Amino acid sequence: MDKEIIEHGFSWNRRRFLSAMSIGVGSMALGSLLMPDLFSGTGMEEGWAPGVPHFAPKAKRIIYLFQNGAPSQQELFDYKPKLREMHGQEIPPSVRGKQRLTGMTANQSSFPLVGSFVDFKQYGQSGAWISDLMPYTAKIAAELCIIKSMYTEAINHDPALTFLQTGAQQGNRPSMGAWLSYGLGNENNNLPAFTVLLSRGVGNGQGVYSKLWSNGFLDSVHQGVQFSKGEDPVLYLRDQDGMSRESRRIMLDQIAALNEKSYLEFGDPEIASRIQQYEMAYRMQTAIPEVMDISKEPESIVKLYGPDCLVPGTFAANCLLARKLSENGVRFVQLYHQGWDQHGNLPYEIAQQAKDVDQASAALVMDLKQRGLLDETLVIWGGEFGRTSYTQGELTKDNYGRDHHPRCFTVWMAGGGIKPGIVYGETDELGYNIIKDPVHVHDFQATVLNQMGLDHKKLIFKHLGRRYRLTDISGEVVRNIIS
Amino acid sequence: MLLRRNVFIPVLLFLLVGGLLYSCDNTGMQTASVVPDSVSYNFDVRPILSDKCFSCHGPDANKREAGLRLDIADSAFKALQDNPTAHAWVPGKPEESDAFLRISTQDTSLLMPPLYSNLSLTSQEIAIIKKWIQQGARYEDHWAFVAPRKQAPPAIKKSAWPINEIDFFTLAAMEAKGLTPNDPADKERLLKRLCLDLTGLPPSIEQMDAFLADSRPDAYERMVDQLLALPAYGEKMALHWLDLARYADSHGYQDDGYRTQWPWRDWVIHAFNENKPYNEFVTWQLAGDLLPDASMEQLLATAFNRNHKITEEGGVIPEEYRVMYVSDRTDLIGKGILGVTMECARCHDHKYDPFSQKEYFQLYSFFNNIREEGIESVIGGPETYAKKPMMQITNADVANMLRFINKTDTGKMIVSVMGELDTIRPTFVLHRGEYDAPGEKVAPATPVSILPFDNSYPKNRLGLAKWLFDPKHPLTARVYVNLLWQEFFGRGIVKTSGDFGMQGELPSHPALLDWLAVDFREHNWDIKRLVKLMVTSATYCQSATVSKEKLATDPENIYLSRGPRYRIHAEFIRDLVLSSSGLLNPEIGGPSVKPYQPAGLWEGATSGRGLLSIYTQDHGAALYRRGMYTLIKRTVPPPALSIFDASNRDICEVKRLRTNTPLQALVMLNDPTVLEAARVLATKLQQGSGAPEEKIRQAFRRIVCRNPDAKEIEVLSNYYQQERTTMDKSTAQKMIRVGESPLPQQADMLEIASLMRVITAIYNLEETITKS
Repeated sequence: MDKEIIEHGFSWNRRRFLSAMSIGVGSMALGSLLMPDLFSGTGMEEGWAPGVPHFAPKAKRIIYLFQNGAPSQQELFDYKPKLREMHGQEIPPSVRGKQRLTGMTANQSSFPLVGSFVDFKQYGQSGAWISDLMPYTAKIAAELCIIKSMYTEAINHDPALTFLQTGAQQGNRPSMGAWLSYGLGNENNNLPAFTVLLSRGVGNGQGVYSKLWSNGFLDSVHQGVQFSKGEDPVLYLRDQDGMSRESRRIMLDQIAALNEKSYLEFGDPEIASRIQQYEMAYRMQTAIPEVMDISKEPESIVKLYGPDCLVPGTFAANCLLARKLSENGVRFVQLYHQGWDQHGNLPYEIAQQAKDVDQASAALVMDLKQRGLLDETLVIWGGEFGRTSYTQGELTKDNYGRDHHPRCFTVWMAGGGIKPGIVYGETDELGYNIIKDPVHVHDFQATVLNQMGLDHKKLIFKHLGRRYRLTDISGEVVRNIIS
Repeated sequence: MLLRRNVFIPVLLFLLVGGLLYSCDNTGMQTASVVPDSVSYNFDVRPILSDKCFSCHGPDANKREAGLRLDIADSAFKALQDNPTAHAWVPGKPEESDAFLRISTQDTSLLMPPLYSNLSLTSQEIAIIKKWIQQGARYEDHWAFVAPRKQAPPAIKKSAWPINEIDFFTLAAMEAKGLTPNDPADKERLLKRLCLDLTGLPPSIEQMDAFLADSRPDAYERMVDQLLALPAYGEKMALHWLDLARYADSHGYQDDGYRTQWPWRDWVIHAFNENKPYNEFVTWQLAGDLLPDASMEQLLATAFNRNHKITEEGGVIPEEYRVMYVSDRTDLIGKGILGVTMECARCHDHKYDPFSQKEYFQLYSFFNNIREEGIESVIGGPETYAKKPMMQITNADVANMLRFINKTDTGKMIVSVMGELDTIRPTFVLHRGEYDAPGEKVAPATPVSILPFDNSYPKNRLGLAKWLFDPKHPLTARVYVNLLWQEFFGRGIVKTSGDFGMQGELPSHPALLDWLAVDFREHNWDIKRLVKLMVTSATYCQSATVSKEKLATDPENIYLSRGPRYRIHAEFIRDLVLSSSGLLNPEIGGPSVKPYQPAGLWEGATSGRGLLSIYTQDHGAALYRRGMYTLIKRTVPPPALSIFDASNRDICEVKRLRTNTPLQALVMLNDPTVLEAARVLATKLQQGSGAPEEKIRQAFRRIVCRNPDAKEIEVLSNYYQQERTTMDKSTAQKMIRVGESPLPQQADMLEIASLMRVITAIYNLEETITKS
């Protein structure tokens, strides 16, 4: 049925549809539950209907493991033996160039380079260097496309996070998940198309903000729905004590009977839509607890993700949940793991952070693979910018910190039609500047949309006279990492 | 019941698909738009050129292709740069008009807009341009940049219908479209509509009884006057202004610490209640500190322009953020007061409207001279709740001058306000809008295409305010009249209330908009008078019923042949729930409050620093304040309000989305605020006299604001009986525990719990949260 709606919706614009329709308008409201923008008129003029891909997609769903606070690439994926050689020496001015500094290091009188405290080894056919902090990730090197040449425009957390998630630093734009929900609609009408899961490590933390999963100027059905631990995984989902499913059903039937009466009197399509929203809410009340229930997962899965996956609210539990949501058709599952902002005390903190996420991130990829879902699911791992090759604060024998660094950082992708087992892009031997194949945030976003069957230049929404895109006014698909 | 509902959906789907097929086969052509006999540049042609051509052939000098500029007649008729014997437009001769040939060619290498732009013209658009050229290719000034003129209301046929001038304009448009107005709304529904619109609260039983009993011909007008005089009027009116002024209780950005701007919010309520004229209201907010012998009240009003987000993130580059604050103010005056997308000209010349980047920074320079810092302090104690420049307010100030401030303690209070530097900070055009790329130096001025800045005005914010209220100003009055129209009718006369520029929608009733704008100015910018004019019009008082015919011909009710029917704003949903149950605490103003909120929301998203890292819920009377007093922490706005499309107050917002989602259903079904209200009202009714039917009738009246009909009473009474006979005691006990208001003693819990279910169902009716 869904497909028929899409195909017919494609060629008929809203005004004709409304004026020609000889049946109750309530049915339009129903169609709009699944494809909320199909009838809104937006995009129609451009010869494209929201809810329909521009071309055959490689991936159907995305799981984005966002490492909030900016993990240090020098300690995880970007191996720089030269830094150890030059440990303690001043960074050459020719390398630093005119790079602007954050207020935290702008007044620092000296910028000594700092080699990583951790060792690296090579893995997989690409010979990717991965640090000893990531032993589980190292085992799935053959599945990963490691991009070492990401760069961004912002040097502070809030604007950088917002830029990566919404394509603009200032906020008030739809985030990536909202764009995908708008662009592709919902696969499962009992679950939201875009869900958000939060967790936190012990490292120096930066907050997250609901604007990161905002619908911006899009319809609010595209907003990311936060799933949290505990009895009420989605806000207001759980009925009050004493309200059984049967009692709820009976109440909803009374409400529907009176609303239908009101619809007959007023003829306002909003009433029909409201009736349907109550039905969807009722279905969500069953569907969400079902998908959240990990008690039926076999021992092998618990072992794969690690014991933390049984502790609600941990990154591991969220990874397992992400797999379940994705498997059930949630288009975009966004995780945030906080605590990666190592301005100081880096060696201790980053080891803890890596421990939090390493096993479960790798487990998610393997789990998707063994279920045959990795081909159609794109997994992304990374933060909002990189960290400096010089130390922030004092460099002591066993301690140092690294400041924010927008000029290069590392993310990895797996599945979803991305080439497995490759390393893309290169930074200089001090890990400060990109020397090969730079990938701007908008290039990254264009590539992600491309894998989902969307042309980033055509996925537009007209708001206050301007056509907006996730990629604002730039961005090129990184063709070389697509299989 | 279950079975019935499951069958309902596939049947609808079938009908939906069937309907689409039907439309393909038979009637698709019926409504295809036709090219008007007389083509108007403003209404027919410019929207096409602007949307499809101006981004490369418009105001932005740096992106102009082939030297061709089509938004200005002089340039458009010049010989083409690449082919001096040809012209883009040759009046009367489409076949000789080069631009027309390029848009209508079959040769895709020549076609305009080019394929790579992802833009294309429809055959109808091409036909309109062709006809426009045939009819002489006449340009017109953009309507919104020409000062409004007051025209006499048009002649109409149905002469008995109009009540005031508004109705002549709307009726003339209806008659031109072959529409007839609806009958007046019934008294009960009209009263609910009016009370929600003027106070944000539902009518009380007493108000309903009195109004129903009042048979005097001017009963409605009396009710309007009565409501306009209530303090709740100021609260209702303040809400749209708080959105516009991006008012919140936190600084925004990453740590998102607490701030104390709420005394300004109290002032806004006060200003609406004492009916401060719009010109004074805006002048004080923009430039109160620059008025001669500025009072504390005038200074407080300028907090308006310090409501923007302010960073407390250690390590930022201060100038980068200071530039953002100044830009925020510039964008606000653009969108909120002038109704134009000025912010588009920050990084380059505007693509559609005649605003250069230089003009953006000229406007910006009015706000660039403030004694402020990009970052003054990182997150901390009470000394960080406002940022310099700031004012201190003591209890003595409140007792003497600022009586409208609801100050609840004796401590000192600080509020961020405006204040000029002693010297002039130079302003430069910032290349690509970036703080570290200054270019040409500029001085304060206003966009010439709107209205040049009069040299007699001081070149500061006070001069800017004088400019806004210059009688020749084309935008200020129109934009505010339109905002209020949007509040009452649900849709602006200009639908894009934040964009009156080339890409904005054209006014549905241009002469009415102009009449209202001039009338507003001529009557000393009297807001209450304007509001009264709108809500006493026959147009406003129509029934909201929509027939199939009207839904087909005018689904959006652009021509106003029926009354407004809209879901009410988030805050007013809360107010309705609290008020109808008797729980509402009507206290006005004061520090924002923290009512029930699902656990863990702030804690899950916080950096861990500051007063707002943990949500400490209030207790007692603070739980029952109006929605507008709920504390807004910008990075985690109050969920029950956000779900109903409340603004997150990040930037100036003049039009909320109005969505209809399953999460909204969950709020109404499970938010403890709603459940507690149901329990409290159930208890009150249970302890009163009367049969269950009578109690249900009372509840229905309080919540839906009308008497239920026989069918409604039957459905709800049966529901009550069913619950009353099947519910067990332990269920009842669990249900009534919701909320912190005292539990009833020695009452029949089963009766209360059963009534509570019925009342919850009534709260969940679509009509309850709708003005109709």
